Amino acid sequence: MAEGGVQEPFARAARQREAERLGMLIFLASEVMLFGGIFAAALALRLEHPAGYVDAAHHLKLWLGTANTGVLLTSSLCAALAVQAARNGQARWAACALWGAVALGTVFLAIKGVEYAGEYREGLMPGMATTHFEGRTQQLFMNLYFIGTGLHAVHVTFGLALLAAAALNRGARQDRHAMLIGNVALYWHLVDVIWVFLYPTLYLAGVR
Amino acid sequence: MTDEPRFEHPPEERAPSYLAESHSLRSWFFTTDHKRIALLYLVSITLFFLIGAGAAALIRLDLLTPQGDLLTNDGYNRAFSIHGIIMVWFFLIPSIPNVLGNFLVPIMIGTRDLAFPRLNLLSWYIYILSGLLTLYVVVSGGVDTGWTFYTPLSSVYANGAVVATIVAVFISGFSTILTGLNFIVTIHKLRAPGMTWSRLPLFIWSHYAVSIIFVLATPVLAITLLLVAAERLIGIGVFDPRLGGDPLLFQHLFWFYSHPAVYIMVLPALGVVSELITAAAHKRIFGYWFVAFASIAIAVIGFMVWGHHMFVSGQSVFASAVFSFLSIAVAVPSAIKVYNWTATLYKADVAIDAPLLFALGFIGLFVAGGLTGLMLAMLAIDVHVTDTYFVVAHFHYIMVGGSVTAFFGGLHFWWPKMTGRLYNETLGRIAAILILVGFNITFFPQFLLGYQGMPRRYHVYPPEFQVLHVISSLGAALLAVGYAMPAFYLLWSLLPGGRRAPANPWGASGLEWTTSSPPPKHNFIAQPVVVRQPYDYPLAHPASRDDG
Ligand code: HEM
Ligand SMILES: [Cu+2]
Repeated sequence: MAEGGVQEPFARAARQREAERLGMLIFLASEVMLFGGIFAAALALRLEHPAGYVDAAHHLKLWLGTANTGVLLTSSLCAALAVQAARNGQARWAACALWGAVALGTVFLAIKGVEYAGEYREGLMPGMATTHFEGRTQQLFMNLYFIGTGLHAVHVTFGLALLAAAALNRGARQDRHAMLIGNVALYWHLVDVIWVFLYPTLYLAGVR
Repeated sequence: MTDEPRFEHPPEERAPSYLAESHSLRSWFFTTDHKRIALLYLVSITLFFLIGAGAAALIRLDLLTPQGDLLTNDGYNRAFSIHGIIMVWFFLIPSIPNVLGNFLVPIMIGTRDLAFPRLNLLSWYIYILSGLLTLYVVVSGGVDTGWTFYTPLSSVYANGAVVATIVAVFISGFSTILTGLNFIVTIHKLRAPGMTWSRLPLFIWSHYAVSIIFVLATPVLAITLLLVAAERLIGIGVFDPRLGGDPLLFQHLFWFYSHPAVYIMVLPALGVVSELITAAAHKRIFGYWFVAFASIAIAVIGFMVWGHHMFVSGQSVFASAVFSFLSIAVAVPSAIKVYNWTATLYKADVAIDAPLLFALGFIGLFVAGGLTGLMLAMLAIDVHVTDTYFVVAHFHYIMVGGSVTAFFGGLHFWWPKMTGRLYNETLGRIAAILILVGFNITFFPQFLLGYQGMPRRYHVYPPEFQVLHVISSLGAALLAVGYAMPAFYLLWSLLPGGRRAPANPWGASGLEWTTSSPPPKHNFIAQPVVVRQPYDYPLAHPASRDDG
């Protein structure tokens, strides 16, 4: 794919690149709709239980969420730099930037893990023996929080695998059109954008 | 670099057809040829159609008597659930797009394959995986939620293989999304030289519109079903009022997908019918742009009408009024298409072949289904007939009378192209008429039943409804014969010695008729260049029209 080789049914490499890019964008549109369901649920929850929602959100670790936002945005920046480096023909820089994105993405997951562990200790993780919520709305909120951030974390993990695969792929690094790296970076930006919406929906809602 | 066109023209004029290319099993199950994948789909959806029809037969037999003697209450619930689930997700949604669309989209726009051939094969495998899971559900005792999975029934009370069913539908969604993605990219990026947007066949426009819905609506169903499964497994409560969750939220999300999904089921049919009508009339379609944009309008407005399924759910009267208005608006583009088809047929010298008979049947039934849809979109009427057989009749007129009829019409029309064989026209005409008659006997009585108050999803009913139910069941038997007939004469045409089809048996316009029947592996011997408008009748090279 990334080698610039033309594949069936394309006659020209440029056309094939456009097609791959368009395919990626359409896939991302579909991902947006997937998370749309979660956001719709959060909106409904907040409309129906305005005060309870804010109280429940207040129990989240705002500073961990904020730190993670910074980490993920920086990781996205690395991905963007990797694309630029590949376009400039700096294959080694591209690899460095990609590994940087991977490292930061892993930090994101680690922080998320610490956060989940804390929530487990406080009895906020649903379905555990130690679970004790202050009220039904908090229970509902925490469930949605785990579903939303959990699904996001699955996407992060998948994105990390893609980034690593791109970093290991010499053809992709040397491709001046940055096709593979560009598509992976697009996916990674989407993962980022979704977080940028999850963060205010879940964390900032609790700021008083 | 490689930016030069890469097609070398094969030395001999006659390349082997895509069917004769190779015969090994491997060459079928690992093919990336869109035409072969179309046939894989054809076989698999036919199997699911048989299972879905079997469930329908049980339902109609059970309804012969008011006491519901054949099935238990629970058995009846399971029969209509599996019927709906299989017919919607495993037959009707993939039917036209994945069989006819897969086969025709690349050929109609003059290219060698879909943009991502391996993704196309993957779609089929995903579909089969989800299908196998559904078969597991069937043999493990089924599911009793209905195809709509309403909460809290599905999340708390239902006692069948709910999670397995949900996972099956969830997985099948990926197959749909990948198909939609593939179509959109193909139509954007692989059109033959000269194939401008204004020269696209209407079949392509409707597949473009449906692909947009595939990509944007299906993930909403996926997340909704995921939430239901989580609700059932660990009680997350989003849809559970005991936790302060909202069961209506489920209905909103479900219908946000499922109303567009009804257009998933009908838009491809509209595209097929445009092709059948113009080919039979041998005329340029009346109002090309109106028909093309009507598809896009349907796709867009279709996303804004879901609330008409919830008029009696307790949503606000204001919301209901808005949804009612928008639902009436969405009927306009459909009506435009009907007018344009009629105008195309007006004073045309039509060839009354089976495909045209199917197309005419489609128009009649689609109009009946659409007008009753308008009735349902009126708040006052809907409150009276919601959840009755009136609704059942409405959507069967559209989905079965409309879409399935169009699927059969398209299958007949393109059968010579797909297989290189001519089927028996006389039998085709008889089947078309039988299906039309059988369909009406089956479903028209259901309008009357519903209007008189027969609720849907009940199998024990007051005796005064029995006469209409019996008529409906008898009609279903006739309909079954109508559907079974093509299975025989179409397969018959494949036997050695079946009549060979010329390249253009209908004298129709369109790139697919310029290549041999069946087409060679790469669809065309040489890259076609398009210089004329679509439906450019009379044809420049009037082809062999061999009457059956
Ligand atoms: C002409 C435009 C249409 C209008 C205004 C319309 C309107 C409606 C309304 C208001 C209902 C809800 C009735 C109720 O539950 O009380 C309904 C149900 C339904 N319609 Fe339509 N409809 C239209 C076209 C279609 C099409 C094109 C299809 C399918 C291809 C379709 C399939 C269905 C189905 C499956 C249901 C029942 C869903 C269920 O409850 O299981 N409709 N329609
Ligand atoms: Cu609807």
